[in-house]
Amino acid sequence: MSIGLILLFVVGLGVIGFYLGRRRALTSVSGDPRKLHSLPSQYGQSVFLFTVVPALLLLAVWLLAEPRVIDSRVRGVVEATGATGSELDLKMADVTRISEGLDALVQRSTLTEDQLTQMRADMADVRGRLADVGVALGSAVEPAVFQAAKQRRALVQTSSLLKGAGVALFAIAGFAFAISRINPTFRARNVSEGVVMALLIGSSLVAILTTVGIVLSLVFETASFFRMYPAKDFFLSLTWNPQFRGGSDLGIWPLLWGTLYVSFIALLVAVPIGLLAAIYLAEYASKRVRSVAKPAIEILAGIPTIVYGLFALITVGPALRDYFAQPLGLGSSSSSVMTAGLVMGIMLIPFVSSLSDDIINSVPQAMRDGSYGLGATKSESIKQVILPAALPGVVGAVLLAASRAIGETMIVVLGAGAAAKLSLNPFEAMTTITVKIVSQLTGDTEFASPETLVAFALGLTLFVFTLGLNVLALYIVRKYREQYE
Amino acid sequence: MYDMNRVENAVGQDEIKISARKVQVYYGDTHAIKDVDVDILDKTVTAFIGPSGCGKSTFLRCLNRMNDTIAAARVEGKIALDGEDIYDRRVDPVQLRAKVGMVFQKPNPFPKSIYDNVAYGPRIHGLARNKAELDEIVERSLRGAALWNEAKDRLQEPGTGLSGGQQQRLCIARAVATSPEVLLMDEPCSALDPIATGQVEELIEQLRQQFSVVIVTHSMQQAARVSQKTAFFHLGNLVEYGETDDIFTKPKDSRTESYISGRIG
Amino acid sequence: MTDATAQNTPAPSGKSLLSLDQRTRRRNASERRFRLYGAVAICLSIAALVMLLTSVIGNGASAFFQTYAKIELTLDPAELDPEGNRNPDEMGKVTTLRYGNLMKAAFPASLQAAGISTEGISDTEIGDMLSKEAPAQLRDRVLSDPDMLGESVEFWALANGRIDGYIKGRVSMASAERDSNVSPAQLQLADRMREAGLLTTRFNWDFITFPDASELRPEAAGLGVAIVGSAYMMLIVLFLALPIGVAASIYLEEFAPQNRFTDLIEVNISNLAAVPSIVFGILGLAVFINYAGLPASAPIVGGLVLTLMTLPTIIISTRAALKAVPPSIRSAALGVGASKMQTVFHHVLPLAMPGILTGTILGLAQALGETAPLLLIGMVAFVRDYPSWPIDGFFDPASALPVQVYNFTTRGDPAFVERASGAIIVLLVFLLCMNLLAIYLRRKFERRW
Repeated sequence: MSIGLILLFVVGLGVIGFYLGRRRALTSVSGDPRKLHSLPSQYGQSVFLFTVVPALLLLAVWLLAEPRVIDSRVRGVVEATGATGSELDLKMADVTRISEGLDALVQRSTLTEDQLTQMRADMADVRGRLADVGVALGSAVEPAVFQAAKQRRALVQTSSLLKGAGVALFAIAGFAFAISRINPTFRARNVSEGVVMALLIGSSLVAILTTVGIVLSLVFETASFFRMYPAKDFFLSLTWNPQFRGGSDLGIWPLLWGTLYVSFIALLVAVPIGLLAAIYLAEYASKRVRSVAKPAIEILAGIPTIVYGLFALITVGPALRDYFAQPLGLGSSSSSVMTAGLVMGIMLIPFVSSLSDDIINSVPQAMRDGSYGLGATKSESIKQVILPAALPGVVGAVLLAASRAIGETMIVVLGAGAAAKLSLNPFEAMTTITVKIVSQLTGDTEFASPETLVAFALGLTLFVFTLGLNVLALYIVRKYREQYE
Repeated sequence: MYDMNRVENAVGQDEIKISARKVQVYYGDTHAIKDVDVDILDKTVTAFIGPSGCGKSTFLRCLNRMNDTIAAARVEGKIALDGEDIYDRRVDPVQLRAKVGMVFQKPNPFPKSIYDNVAYGPRIHGLARNKAELDEIVERSLRGAALWNEAKDRLQEPGTGLSGGQQQRLCIARAVATSPEVLLMDEPCSALDPIATGQVEELIEQLRQQFSVVIVTHSMQQAARVSQKTAFFHLGNLVEYGETDDIFTKPKDSRTESYISGRIG
Repeated sequence: MTDATAQNTPAPSGKSLLSLDQRTRRRNASERRFRLYGAVAICLSIAALVMLLTSVIGNGASAFFQTYAKIELTLDPAELDPEGNRNPDEMGKVTTLRYGNLMKAAFPASLQAAGISTEGISDTEIGDMLSKEAPAQLRDRVLSDPDMLGESVEFWALANGRIDGYIKGRVSMASAERDSNVSPAQLQLADRMREAGLLTTRFNWDFITFPDASELRPEAAGLGVAIVGSAYMMLIVLFLALPIGVAASIYLEEFAPQNRFTDLIEVNISNLAAVPSIVFGILGLAVFINYAGLPASAPIVGGLVLTLMTLPTIIISTRAALKAVPPSIRSAALGVGASKMQTVFHHVLPLAMPGILTGTILGLAQALGETAPLLLIGMVAFVRDYPSWPIDGFFDPASALPVQVYNFTTRGDPAFVERASGAIIVLLVFLLCMNLLAIYLRRKFERRW
């Protein structure tokens, strides 16, 4: 049964429940709502909530658990063939594809259920028939794999039926329970408000669950990485050189260096420009200039990073190479630390300027008056009174920008290059932590190998770095805000 | 060279320091100050009194062109300092404000050390050739503001750590440090407790020895205590201007009388 | 002058106001310089924005136009419908290869029929001027209308990417000399065809509706699957993040007691807002795909990851909107005996709704442009089949607009640069619409208390 239908059924039953519940409440007091504890619609509401909420929760849990349960049951059949490791993974992928192909065959009614039960891999031309429905298989189908595929298909069908039945049962049970509880003294308002309250609290727990999910997934996979690859080498080795066939050097330093170098250049661009732009807008600009320049800078903040990445790849990179790197003899690569840093700097300008703008505006007018009253010029007041007063806030803003720069991915993927190097030349291609997370996790290497799992160790490093910077920045900004409150 | 004689003569108490003629101030479409004529004397405390919103603070801010920082404000008429029109195109407000210092309603020390607060003006105006001279200016100004004894041991501590009254005296010291000729005070005691107010009032009496002081105040008692001359403003007009004693004992205008006896305000 | 004044008053006083002294002049110069720095910073930022947009639009506008070549050909029933029943199912067994051969044979002939000289150029080379996708398009057309068989039809076939590049100015005679995929002779023929009206460039809806195409046929690559995938993910984000975000905000803003647990949630939300997006991708890979076993490359996983990413944004803006509703409204409702819950749902929430919607749209816009986490959950995969209708379609493989851009950039053929920039134009148009909607909502319902 498709999920859409199940949803429709549950919600439909809920709506019916709402009206039935309301009517039942009214009839129980022969149409005089004043005798009810709560409003008639609140009785309806309680029926709706009892029908819909448990059923949908069951559906969500089922959807999350279903693939895993089926997978583990089928895996046993395939494991019996003696396959392990990557071979097992490949076979499992085949099982999935074959079972989906068989489904398609049945749906096109070129194959009946009976024929399917009879069908055996060593007899029928399974591969050929599957190719007809667009499932291309690399080799002839092993009997065990085919058996597993048939079993998987059966399991998926059973699960789909059970899921539909289970969810419907939950909905109906909830419906009946809620309807049966309706009588004039039933405190429908308190009950339905209690359920809503539970939903509200549950929703705010999502934030905590997300953090827990992030930390657990990073920590677990990092731990299994360190079981395969010594932590000492990861933190101390100066080379990054992953190999397909093991024996890789996976030292974090070249990546960390590239990350910090790119971020440094980005901040070198973004902090002066962003800060000066914010000062100009806050202290000098006429209303008209402000009304044009401020939104223009904010547009920069709304542009997705992939756009900046493409800009780096097709415009900034070649321009830097042709007009700076090659004439100066510094390199001939269009992707470089400079390219990525420059473009990332542009991306961070609105970030720095809007934070600085807030901070400069929060310096009280009395400070400015005091300074002007002593005969200071505007720039003297800004440089010697306003900026020092705003300094902690500005430092916080810069730290936040740095954390952005370190975690930025698409600009460096497209602009910085892929070569892990420890070099000082900004026109050379270097790589960063985020680039390597992408390349190690989207590559073709086996999942349970150090070359893939290292991405989680890199991710954990990145997470810890940015979290530290953020906590520090928020602390500084908060301290600073208190000063003027 | 004409000013040589003028400066040499500018010692007597009745020397006119600032003269304002037909001054009008507009905030956008609002006519905030109408036709104000007033002469402010050197080495005298002049008090501006009047009900709130009467324009006394606005007029005060015209005297060192602080209104320039408000985009919507427009000033007409003539205000002369030592005979020179301060709204002349050639006048740089920065130079003007060095001569006409200002102390604000709420103490507003900069978030810097006490020393740096006082040294700020001399530094930007380049009044000291070396550290020793700057030290001397700071000490003289703090003494002038009667704060030296309390502050001399904590010059490097932040000015924001002082008590309200001390902060306001620090702001006075800061203003005095640029050696102004006129000191404008915009309700300098309104945020202070009575004891701190007493100290600041005493200080104003001392400051009169060196400067011309103009003070805006809400409190008639204060005006009577500290000033020699008083100007009464009402609805943007200068209603009456004269010796303080005369204003408080025999006001000529009925509006002044009403205000002093507490019927308007 | 100075002698006289020095006796009475210290340094600066006594100088005339009407003449600027040396120091003031210097200070004013430094003031002007500082002001100039600020103006330069503004100009630099705006210049960067202008360069960024011109670069993308300049490179991408041509993706919306495509070159087609006109072929007159007779659809031979014997070849294309061997059974002779005009049954599309049976005809479907005929592969594109046969259509290709038919086309390759007809193309030189139809050129000659139009009086265009094909001297010095082989028939194979002429056939190569057409896209490898063209036979498939012809096949689709025939299958949708079998009655065409046996007739002589006019067919506008997609031209090869190099020919298209030549018309658009990307490929030149000089570059063709060095290019193994195209020869100057072919380009000259293209010139002659253009003069005769057999080769034209027209607006290319296929770019928006077609699925991606392989590395060898950039001219046929489109954004269809990516747009559908992105739309599915936006639906998921909208239907998950909006209710969860609003519920969490209501709890935190209106009900939560002041205690350590509430603090913990708040700290969590502000930290999640700053976690790099790629970390959310890792979360999606580890939890949704590896642990829960949801299918990779599916919009459901992308949607869930983007939901978790967008939640902090929505919660922060929703709380601001709730905070902006004055307490007097709450007191009024509580005063007439409404419960806290009724007060919130009947009075506070409706008043905060415009602010909430604005924040949600901006959160969706942010999610729409997000790329990095989607790379990790397998949305880079090459997908040519459209996912089916929701909700089951959420579990089918799909791509996403920003990921499609990245995908295009990883391919060798320079024609994909144009496609990538064109895809960005589409993305930016969507973002622009969402932002305009947000601004409109804000203007229309803005309320000052």
